[in-house]
Amino acid sequence: MSLLTLENVATAYDTPQGRFRALEGVSFSVAKGETVGLVGESGCGKSTLGKTLMRLVPSDEGSIRLDGAEISQAQGRALMPVRRKLQMIFQDPFASLNPRHRIRRILTGPLKIHGVASRAERNRIAEEIVQRVGLPGDALDRYPHEFSGGQRQRIGIARALILRPQMIVCDEPVSALDLSIQAQIINLLAQLKAEYGLSYLFISHDLSVVRYFTDRVLVMYLGRIVESGPTRDVWNNPRHPYTRALIDALPEADRPREAAPLAGDLPGVQNLPGGCRFHPRCPYATDLCCRSEPLIDAKGGTHGFACHNPLPLKA
Amino acid sequence: MPSDSTLHKALAKPAVRTQTAQPTPRPEWRHIHAPDARSATTAHLPRRQGFRELKLFLRNPNAIFGMVVLLTMALCALTAPLIFPRDPLAMVSRPFLWPGQDPAFPLGTDSMGRDVLAGLVHGARISLYVGLAATALGLGVGIIVGALAGYFGGLTDRILSRLIEIFQTLPSFVLVVVLVAIIGPNATTITVSIAIVTWPTVARLTRAEFRSLRENDFVIAARSLGFGHAHIIFREILPNALPPIIVTSSVMVAGAILMESALSFMGLGDPNVVSWGSMIGGGREMIRTAWYLTALPGLAIVVTVLALNLIGDGLNDALNPRFSEDRL
Amino acid sequence: MTAVLSVEDLSVHFGPARPVDRVSFHVNPRETLAIVGESGSGKSLTALSMMGLLPRNAKVSGRVLIQTPQGPADMLGLPEKRRRLLRGKQIAMVFQEPMTSLNPVHSIGHQIEEVLIAHENLDRAARRTRVLELMNLVRIPDAARRIDDYPHQLSGGMRQRVMIAMAVACRPRILIADEATTALDVTIQAQILQLLDNLRRELDVAVVLITHDLGVVSQWADRVVVMYAGLHVEQATPAQLFGDPLHPYSYGLLRASPRSDAGLTYRDAPLAEIPGSIASARGEVGCPFRPRCPAAREVCGTVQPPPIQHRGDRLVACHFPGILTQEERHVAAYA
Repeated sequence: MSLLTLENVATAYDTPQGRFRALEGVSFSVAKGETVGLVGESGCGKSTLGKTLMRLVPSDEGSIRLDGAEISQAQGRALMPVRRKLQMIFQDPFASLNPRHRIRRILTGPLKIHGVASRAERNRIAEEIVQRVGLPGDALDRYPHEFSGGQRQRIGIARALILRPQMIVCDEPVSALDLSIQAQIINLLAQLKAEYGLSYLFISHDLSVVRYFTDRVLVMYLGRIVESGPTRDVWNNPRHPYTRALIDALPEADRPREAAPLAGDLPGVQNLPGGCRFHPRCPYATDLCCRSEPLIDAKGGTHGFACHNPLPLKA
Repeated sequence: MPSDSTLHKALAKPAVRTQTAQPTPRPEWRHIHAPDARSATTAHLPRRQGFRELKLFLRNPNAIFGMVVLLTMALCALTAPLIFPRDPLAMVSRPFLWPGQDPAFPLGTDSMGRDVLAGLVHGARISLYVGLAATALGLGVGIIVGALAGYFGGLTDRILSRLIEIFQTLPSFVLVVVLVAIIGPNATTITVSIAIVTWPTVARLTRAEFRSLRENDFVIAARSLGFGHAHIIFREILPNALPPIIVTSSVMVAGAILMESALSFMGLGDPNVVSWGSMIGGGREMIRTAWYLTALPGLAIVVTVLALNLIGDGLNDALNPRFSEDRL
Repeated sequence: MTAVLSVEDLSVHFGPARPVDRVSFHVNPRETLAIVGESGSGKSLTALSMMGLLPRNAKVSGRVLIQTPQGPADMLGLPEKRRRLLRGKQIAMVFQEPMTSLNPVHSIGHQIEEVLIAHENLDRAARRTRVLELMNLVRIPDAARRIDDYPHQLSGGMRQRVMIAMAVACRPRILIADEATTALDVTIQAQILQLLDNLRRELDVAVVLITHDLGVVSQWADRVVVMYAGLHVEQATPAQLFGDPLHPYSYGLLRASPRSDAGLTYRDAPLAEIPGSIASARGEVGCPFRPRCPAAREVCGTVQPPPIQHRGDRLVACHFPGILTQEERHVAAYA
């Protein structure tokens, strides 16, 4: 049963140059207990998608259903149950905690507005969660600046967990951390998921982390999902040339230094090319690609791609 | 490099996934015992208290000097009715008594035979009262308008910004003079008039701070947790926006004191209360024969304004993390 | 083959702190040397000392010898005026953030030209030609049209190309890239790394890659220096390092990286963790990695192991080099 379903979601934003669509025709679903990865380069709209889900930016069209309820139009009080089910972890552990608040206040504040009435109960829950994410018990009475990056990220995770959500949007949760700390945080996220039956939408630009940590993956390019499917399938047999290029761009020991990387720059949603949005950078582009935009067809989480000339299916 | 899955299973024991609230069942890095540096490192982390800014402020000799001067002034103002219980506007001796001539009146008397020292001490009351009250009022209005404009943006911001600009384009002292002239001079109207011309500065500053802070992840986190606008404005953003506002406010007090003095000098002050400005105004015709009548209240103004500016500098150094990080 | 640059016993002090502690290594002509480490490892300060660009309150000791046509010159011992001649001509650096390293009020052509004005005696027309050549060299498409663009009109990748053009304008022998691709997207990172490698061959320049990314190291480096808490803990070729890490820290880094587990996912096994953080090293006697090291013995808490030669050309600073790798093989053999 799917916990979160998006259908044809589009989000636009205003700039001095006009209105641009940061997301277009985004459809996917996340099942209970599933980790779905969202990869793409900067400016492709992956963070906007996270914020759209969280109802932090309004969506223009399409439907977002969480646990059966339509939330794309929810406002104010009506959002409170959504907040309890859906939470978020941020990229920058230095910017995401209010520097003027102690950890106790950061953690008990959400409980207070979500109706945990007694102070003792709030403190008990906060103490439990702080231990659970691997911080010492005296952490509650400290300020964020007293902690290292990895420890702050644990606090960010504790804050996302404190309302016992069913799903967490992780927006690049480890990309600001050192490698040795990344592993700690990913392991923690994996344990918490097993323990609380969480679903994750794991937004990242790091394909190796996404490959390790996700069950299914969505590849995004300039506001559209261009390929999606079980992580293993997409990784082993990418059909969209962009996915292939992303995987090939990962520096690895066995890659020859001469292999030509994907040429060209990311154009950004302000100046989208006509036809397939990837065609100016695509080595396989044909006339058809310049004229018509291919649409993705992935029913029920199967491997799908938006390409007129997909890479061959491996046996 | 070996990447056999059986090897890895053997090496890294999967974490115990239990429902208990035990301390993290950390997956062992290896089967050899590793000292748990994770909790050990937090235990000896330096504890930085919230008093760091205060300590830095108190370490600045200029700021201390400013504080001492200001506190002395405040003490004088508060105890004025006790030290000089008589009306400072009453004639107590012969006029033009020079400072030091009569030990009963150490700073002499003016053209009407009024005690200059009593005047200065009582004058501190009105100066500080107007300075502090006008600043408080200006801060209150300025912070609210600036916070709303900066936080909500869009149409709210456009309307409030226009309002701020309208007030900023009016020449402030002329506006104060006109306002006081219309509604009549007394301490309250002077205070309100000064606040009316000073709030736009605070509003602009607050708006700028809010605009940059509202994009911060911790604000987005607060929104995603379901906090309301009022909570986010006053409890999440405002504490982070305060440092530059506090710094400005000390200079605003100085400005308000100067404005009040200028009004009194022009005879637009409260006629029933002695003030430093009115003392200068009263003594200005005798400046060649009895210069001390203008110099002494002038000195009081200079010292007070200087003290407030030194405090402002000290606060700026202490609250600005760019300067304070290196020093503590 | 003589080294184009050798760092000897380099230490940097800030008051009581010593973020770089007796580091020695050399750079051969035309090679790519990677210095890898996490934040706080001292790798960026090492790079700045190589350029003689340390902040004024830093105390530095040791030598940074740079080969010049007139013989070796010690960057640290020279007066600022002579250092300035070395920078650009002999050694140049590209920084992480191309947005802040370029001046927003000047066109990119002008900024590249400035470097030529400072170091070469060329007339205006010749400079313009050189600028265009350089822009072509770093593969900026449509250089003639782009020359008068301002930094904000370019993408991150293009700005980094401009920075590289400025760095190689005077044909230095050594090019330091301090996390030069970290802020870029993967496809752009691949382009820039390949550009650096092409320049290395075309211009006969040695590249020093300062990075935290083991993938970059494995694909692009000829030799690797691993730094931890200001110390030089291991030095090897990527093949040696990745196949047989000798220092427990290198071992931990490799096993903590999801990349190393080929087909494994989180459902199969957790990633290997190095507990704690680099801050654990603060105020420690003995080996700075001891608080996080699973193989630490008593001696590690008292004696700081110096980097010693191990199996020929490798260097490692550990009392028990290779202990974790051996043990892993042991476990594998019995499994």
